[in-house]
This record gives sequence, structure tokens and C-alpha cells, in this order.
Amino acid sequence: MSSPHILTPGSKVSTIMLLVLAALVPAIATYYFFFGPAILVNLTLASATALAAEAMMLKLRDYPVKFFLADGSAILTGWLLALSITPLAPWWLIVVGTGFAIIVAKHLYGGLGNNLFNPAMVGFAVLMISFPAYMTHWPTPLMLTQHPVGLAEALQYYFSGTLQGVNLDAVTMATPLDTLKTGLNLQHTVGEVKHMPIYGNFGGKGGEVVATMYLLGGLFLLRQRIISWHTPVSFLATLALVAAIFYGIDPNRYASPMFHLFTGGAMLGAFFIATDYVTGPTTPKGKLIFGTGVGILEYMIRVFGGYPDGVAFSILIMNAAVPLIDAYTQPRVFGHNTKTE
Amino acid sequence: MRKLHKFHGGVHPPQHKTESSCLPIAAMPLPKRVIVPLRQHIGAPAKVHLKVGDHVLKGELIGVADGYISAAVHAPTSGTVSAVDLHAVPHPSGLPDLCITIDADGEDRWIEHQPIDYRTAAPDAVRTALRDAGIVGLGGAVFPTYVKLNPGRQTGIKTLVLNGAECEPWITSDDLLMRERAAEIVEGIRIMAHLMQPEEVLIGIEDNKPEAIAAMRAACQGTNFEVAAVPTLYPGGGEKQLIKVLTGKEVPSGQRPINIGVVCSNTATAYTVHRAINHGEPVISRIVTVTGNVQKPQNFEVLIGTPIEEIVRRAGGAIADTSHYIVGGPMMGFDLTNLDAPLTKAVNCIIAASSALFPPAPPAMPCIRCGQCAQACPCNLQPQELYWFSQSRNFDKARAYNLFDCIECGCCSYVCPSHIPLVSFYRFAKSEINMQDREKIAADQAKEHFEFKKQREEREKQEKAARMAEKAAAAAAAKAAAAASGEAEDPEAAAKKAAIQAAVERAKAKKAETAAATNEPAETANTTEPS
Amino acid sequence: MLTAILVMVLLGVVLGATLGFASIKFKVEGNPLVEKVEAALPQTQCGQCGFAGCKPYAEAVASGRVAPNLCVPGGDNVAKSLAELLGVEFQPVGGAEGVGPKPKMVAFIDENTCIGCTACIKVCPVDAILGSSKLMHTILADRCTGCELCVPACPVDCITMEPVKADLATWKWRYPVIELKKAA
Repeated sequence: MSSPHILTPGSKVSTIMLLVLAALVPAIATYYFFFGPAILVNLTLASATALAAEAMMLKLRDYPVKFFLADGSAILTGWLLALSITPLAPWWLIVVGTGFAIIVAKHLYGGLGNNLFNPAMVGFAVLMISFPAYMTHWPTPLMLTQHPVGLAEALQYYFSGTLQGVNLDAVTMATPLDTLKTGLNLQHTVGEVKHMPIYGNFGGKGGEVVATMYLLGGLFLLRQRIISWHTPVSFLATLALVAAIFYGIDPNRYASPMFHLFTGGAMLGAFFIATDYVTGPTTPKGKLIFGTGVGILEYMIRVFGGYPDGVAFSILIMNAAVPLIDAYTQPRVFGHNTKTE
Repeated sequence: MRKLHKFHGGVHPPQHKTESSCLPIAAMPLPKRVIVPLRQHIGAPAKVHLKVGDHVLKGELIGVADGYISAAVHAPTSGTVSAVDLHAVPHPSGLPDLCITIDADGEDRWIEHQPIDYRTAAPDAVRTALRDAGIVGLGGAVFPTYVKLNPGRQTGIKTLVLNGAECEPWITSDDLLMRERAAEIVEGIRIMAHLMQPEEVLIGIEDNKPEAIAAMRAACQGTNFEVAAVPTLYPGGGEKQLIKVLTGKEVPSGQRPINIGVVCSNTATAYTVHRAINHGEPVISRIVTVTGNVQKPQNFEVLIGTPIEEIVRRAGGAIADTSHYIVGGPMMGFDLTNLDAPLTKAVNCIIAASSALFPPAPPAMPCIRCGQCAQACPCNLQPQELYWFSQSRNFDKARAYNLFDCIECGCCSYVCPSHIPLVSFYRFAKSEINMQDREKIAADQAKEHFEFKKQREEREKQEKAARMAEKAAAAAAAKAAAAASGEAEDPEAAAKKAAIQAAVERAKAKKAETAAATNEPAETANTTEPS
Repeated sequence: MLTAILVMVLLGVVLGATLGFASIKFKVEGNPLVEKVEAALPQTQCGQCGFAGCKPYAEAVASGRVAPNLCVPGGDNVAKSLAELLGVEFQPVGGAEGVGPKPKMVAFIDENTCIGCTACIKVCPVDAILGSSKLMHTILADRCTGCELCVPACPVDCITMEPVKADLATWKWRYPVIELKKAA
């Protein structure tokens, strides 16, 4: 046995994963409160698929199954994907997404620690491109709908594809971002669009509270030193800055920075997805560059691209650049390039 | 109040200092025999200065310093040399090394002390005295001190730093030495300051040692030596880190502190400098902490060469569930392979370890690129990159990412959530790279020798051809004369041939004899004729 | 359609001219590969590859005439480096089964048997044997590359190869093996 002979007490991969999962709980509870229990079905199915897929791949690769399942990284991938897509979707949507994420994006690239692309975002991208229609059935905030979708109904929709006695359109509506995009294409101004009932104070009704909960969860992770401030701050600051520039140019065509920060996957992405250890840069400067890149791409996709929200794609594009970023942002080593030389 | 700086990273392992710092330094009874290794320092091992059967006095020279970077070795007690042989030594390899074993005669009689007045003697004479007294850095690096205290062509030493930090957990030997013998340490510092003439003298002590700080401050009254309490942070006692904290300067990579006008030495070394110069006593003992899973953890003043087993016994013996021993601290120490190994100048602590005190590391997981190691590294390296390169044996990249700036402090392995033994990988990579460098030099030399041999053969061939031409001309003339007189062929050549054949036959016979005697199948000799 | 053909032809001409110009202007004299290959060889000059020294083998390998896995003292490490330099697939030394890395050996002369014939001195490629006619011969261990050319040359068979023992100065840390698959 070589030195050191002592290790930080309680330092484990599973502890880190558990803390991240814990930080997601307030947001999940809020989501439940505003949009109904369907999210829990999504989460459960995602967790189960993730664990099953991971166990299968570990067995195939001859790795100790229990040891690696216990680290919680598969469950985290499942949860992040489940929170990124609509809970009102057929059961196979989340299963396909999570399965693809774990099997292809994680294990076929080498398993824990070796994947180049964020598995949850790869799963999301696959679903977005393959099943675009299903991905748009977002639930209406409970306060706005006549027919709140309960747990039984959610389960029924999941496994049978039909909702008893009610048209799917009545319980789903476009997301705040989607509504804005459609509205702008119809030549309405931002102000006009923002008067629609779906909008709350600065984001979508309900959605803005969930986003705030993601922010609080993220601050908790920062406090626990699980994540560093570089990626979230650079991402959100860049997004806000670019949004502010365009908002300054023409407030009628471009939404305000606050709107952009609190809608879509911005908060979730900033604190939970872009800060993924495995696929993000390891150097502090690298993290700043990564966050900036994601922020710019996110805004571009949202405003000028074809999709209403671009967190997944911007993160995937920047993931591809991470090895290059890492190589060029190596920090100064002790004793090199000192000013006193 | 002096402004202190910070170094990047560092960790706070549980200190475990009070286990062994409550009791004063205890004496050890005279061991029955001492085993003194000749290699107790960086540089060339000392050369044996006596033979088996010689009688030596306490403090007598038994190993001469060999070369510039070397130090002398002395007899820790009086007695008779009973062996000069390979013996187990405390080293991570477990390999034995050349040691002089002295059977103590129980009298412990000193040689005549020869102190020097450093104030009037020439600086070089003082330095030679330090080398011949075996003074080496007692902080663990055991670098010959007289080399460090030689400014050479460097002018204007700005700072003399004394390292009393002792940042590793469990170790308290410097702490106790500073508490009990602060005045003598300060005398030693005076000698060092006299040799280096620095502008300022700073003594860095971690703030978890208030008694030592107070004692040293009291002893420094009347001098301009400043005692600075540095924040307790591992590895604040690393030479480069301490210099950064106290002076704000970073020692450039690949250079030594003297290149930026700083000299750093351990406080225990200062103590031995005083004993050597002012009392004429060479280094024959040191303070050792025995702690961990022993009945009475404490510090001892132990003669060099005392078997470690005896020291552990003196501390009350190891408790039953002790599984192994660690030489040094828990962050940088290594496993002791043989309890019979003797105490050397480098050993400052012996920890008896059990699985309760030092639980075995959980199985390692793949690296998850969390970057905690990079945050903890005091040298601002990227341990995860070094790990990926070392693991895949990509040594060129490892070297390019400054693998050799790593001080192997263990902070990275300490914080890794995947429990990867990072430092083991760096040590492996470093020894492989060193071996490759050595092989490259050997290969280049072999190529040179080969080229030279080819040239030499060419030259010899030409010379031979020239000689042959002469000889042929002479022989032709002789033959013409011989043909006229009818002489036979040169008998010398025939006699030479017969002699060679006889020698070959003799050798064959001898080989057959020895083979028959030991009952082995005889080898057939090579029958090609020598030219 | 005509314009398309014209554009493609023009592109072809321009690019072809650029390539031709580059192949003349940036032509590298000699074959730098030979030096790189030679630098990777251990310089034992033993001839076990079938060539009279490391430089001839390097030249042969660089020209592609012979396989890059013939160097026995270099072992698989050198075979790998050469394969990488040439851009061919790595084959272990000695064919598919491969020969394990041999520990470094140095020659040793049994002084009781040596007859002072200088046969070994003549064949040693790096002049690692000290001695003269009818005087005792001895191997200079730090010059010996372990090529074994002296062993068959000795008429009284007094040369053996001894493995170099590890000592404290040359000891190496081992590669840490993490038993992942047995972790569960």
C-alpha cells in the first residue's frame, strides 16, 4: 500500500450523486404542485430504465454490477432527462430516451467517467429529433386548466396513449418559449404575446417558480462545493447579457433577459447539466469559456433557430469542444512563469 | 506582524498530534547493536572507512563523504564492528543496503570532541566540518546541509527560512524539540546565518504548536530572528510552499531556493549544526515520534542504527491488532517491510497502524473528472491529466504536463472521491521516465563506443595493411634469399599453434573435472580456433 | 452544365498545380525517418535482428524492407515505437506469441577459466571488455549492453550472462493495478 494512507472521510462518488439528487427535490416538489403528479411517473420510469440499462451494460462489459449501480450516476441521468421532457408522454418515450442515454451515450463511450457527451442531453436530442410531436405535449399549469391531470389519469395516458373523457389538447399547451416563438412568427410583439394567460411575472406561470427552485438547488450545490461557480455564472451571465443586448435593440421582437433566464431549461441546465463533471472542462478558465459558449448558443437557438429551447443542443456542441478547451486553458503551475523570474 | 501569503490548494487531515505531544522527549537505553547504513542522504553513499573487527568510539568516523553531494557517517556508540554487509533498511522497496553493524560494548565512550569557533574560522572550514559531521536535512529530504549553506556564486541571500512547520499529521518530533531545546536551535540558526549572511531570518511554525512558538520566540529574544506562525494547512511544511507563504516568492520549477535568494532548512537540522560546531558532536542521534497503535505514544531521542523494533517496544509495544508500520507520516510515509531495519537520519516518525486507525482504501472507481484533485494540489498541477497520462503510459505528455513538479504530497489522492491511488501512478511514471532517460543516455554512449570502435578498427586495418605491404616486400626478399639457402618454414608459428591447442585442452579438462565433481553435465567447449 | 465542367476542370488544375509546387518546394532531403527509427533503437549493436548494427537495421526498417519487430533487446516497447513511426500495425517481437521483456543482462567473465585470448575483445561492439593478450580479461559492466556476442566467441566458454540486480538506486515503483472487476 502506498502513501497516502488516509483519505478524506466520507468522500465518495455516491455521496456526490445523492447530494445532486437531493438538490433536485425542491424543484420536483414544486413541479408536482404546479403541473400535477405526472412528473413522478416520469421520474420513476426513468430511474427504473436507467438502473436496468446500466445493470445490463455492466454485466455485458464484465464489471461488478452492484458496485457501480450503487454510485447513483445512472439514476441522476434518468432524473435529468425526465425533468427535461414533458411528463405527458407515452411510456416508451422516456424509456427510449433513458435507454439510449445510458447504453449508447454512456457505456458505448466507455462507461462512467469516459463519455464525451452528456448522456441525458444525448437522450433528449434523440427524442427531440425522432419524436418531435410527442415532445410538444407539455402539461398546462394546473391553475389554468379545467381538467387537472391526476395520477391515475397520467398513468393511464402513459400506458394506453389515451386520456379518459378528455381531449389531449385540453390538458396540454405550448410552453412559454414555444408560445413566444409562434407569436413572434405571427408578427406579434413580445408585449402582446406576454399578455397571454400562460405567462406569469417573468416567465411562464408555474414554470418560473420551478426555475427558481432549480436556482435554489443550484445554490445549495455551490454551498456544498459540489459544483463550482464558473459554469453556472458564465452561462447565465452570457445568456442574460446577449438577451439584454437584443432586448435593448428591439424590445418588441426580443424578450427580456429575466424571461430568458427563468424559462425553458436555463436554470436546470446551468446548475445541473452543464456542470456535469464528466463532460465538462476541468480547468476554471475552461469552465468559463464553456459556460459562455453554451449561453451564446442557447440564445441563438432559442431566438434564431428552429427549436423553442436549445439547452440540450448547445451543451452537446460545447461538449465536443471540451478536450480542446481543456488543452488550451491549463492553469499556471507553481514555479512556472513567475513574475519574479 | 508579518504579511503571510497563501499557496493554492492544501487539505486539512485530522491532526492526531496530541497523542504523542503530551510526554517530553524520552531517552532510550543503549541498544545491544547498531546497524548504520552508509546511504542515509541524497547523493553518493558514504565510503566505508574501516573493516570488520575494528573497535570504534562513539562519534568516530565510519563512513567518509564521497564526492560533493555526500555526507559522512559516524558510529552512534562505542563498540566493535561485527559486519559490513547488506542489511534491511527502511525503504519502500524493501531492498537491503550496505550497512556497518557495530556490537555495542556498553561503555558508550566518546571520541575527543573538537568544536570550532565559527566566528573566527573560515566559512569553508565550517562547511567542511558540517560535511564531516554528517549534517543532513532532518526534515525528511536528508540533503547534505553543507551544500545548501554554500552560496557559491550567488550573492545577496535575502532570506534564511527555518522550517518548523511539521505539517504532516501524527508527527511531533520537531514540535517537542522546539519546546525543549529552543535555545540550542537558535544557536544553530546563528551559525547558519553567519555562513549565509541573509538579510532576514524567518522561522515558520504552524499555529497548531503554540508552545513551540512561544519557546522559540523566547529563545529569539535579543536576535533579529522572526518567528512567524503560519496557518495550519497541509502541506505547509513543504519547502516551496513554506517559502511562498513566508516570502511570497515561488521557487522556479527545476531550480533550488538559493536561485531566488532563499535558503530553507529544518529546525532539527539547526540543532545538529549547533551540536556539531559548538560541541564537536557529529550526527549520531535524532528525535523520533512513535505513535499510532502503541501503548505509550511519545517522542524518543534515539541513536541512529537502533533497530526500529526496539524503539516500538520502548513505547510500550504495539497493540495486538497492529497490522503494519508506517515510516514517516500518513500522507507521505511508506510501509516498513522489516521491523529489524535500523533508524536512519531520514526517519522522523514511526506509526503503528491498524485497520481501525488507518482503514484500508475502498476499491478505486474510474475517474469522474470532478477536479477536486486539481483544487487540492499545492503545486497548481492538474492531477487528473497526469493520472490519465501515467495510467496509459503516455510519458511524453505526462512530462509536458509538469509531472516532475509534483512533490508527491498526497493531497490529490486524499480528496479523490473515486479513491484512485493517484500518487502511486505518478511515482510509477516518474521512475519509468527516469529509467527511460538513463537508458537513452546509455544507448547514446553505446552508440558512441560503437562508432569509435568502428573507426579504430578501420585505422588498425589501414595500419595493418601498411605493415603487411612492408612485410610482404621484406618476405619476398627473404624468400628469395631463403630459396637460395633452403631453410624450412618459420618454426615459431608452429610452436605457437601447439601452445594454444594445449591451453584449450587444459581448459577443457579442468571444466570436465569441476563438472564431474559437482555432478553436472559437462559442457562441450567451443572448438573454434582462436585467430 | 458546361460551366460546371469548366469549374471542375479549373479546380483540378489549380489544386494539382498547388500540390506539385508543394511537393517540390517543401521536399525533405534524405529520409528523416531513419534518424527517428535509429533514435528509438537501444544501440546494443548485437546483430540479433540480422543486421550488422543498429544503423543498418534502422535504414532497412525505414525503407520498409523489413519488419519493425526484429529488435530483441528492445523488446515490445521498441517494436511498438517503430510500428508507430512507420504507421503499420504493431506485431510483438518473435511473432504472434511475442517474447516477454528480457531483464537487462551483463556479461561476466569467469576469471579462473579465462585464457587471455582476446577473442571476445575483438567481437565486442562497444569495447566493453578490458584486457590484452595473455592478460586477464574483464567486462566493464556499465559499458556492456547485453548483446551476447562475446558468449559464443570465447573458446573456453568462460562468459556467462548475469541479470542486473535491482538496487536501491535503480529500483522502480510498480504500475498500480486496480482490481476493478473483482471489486464487487
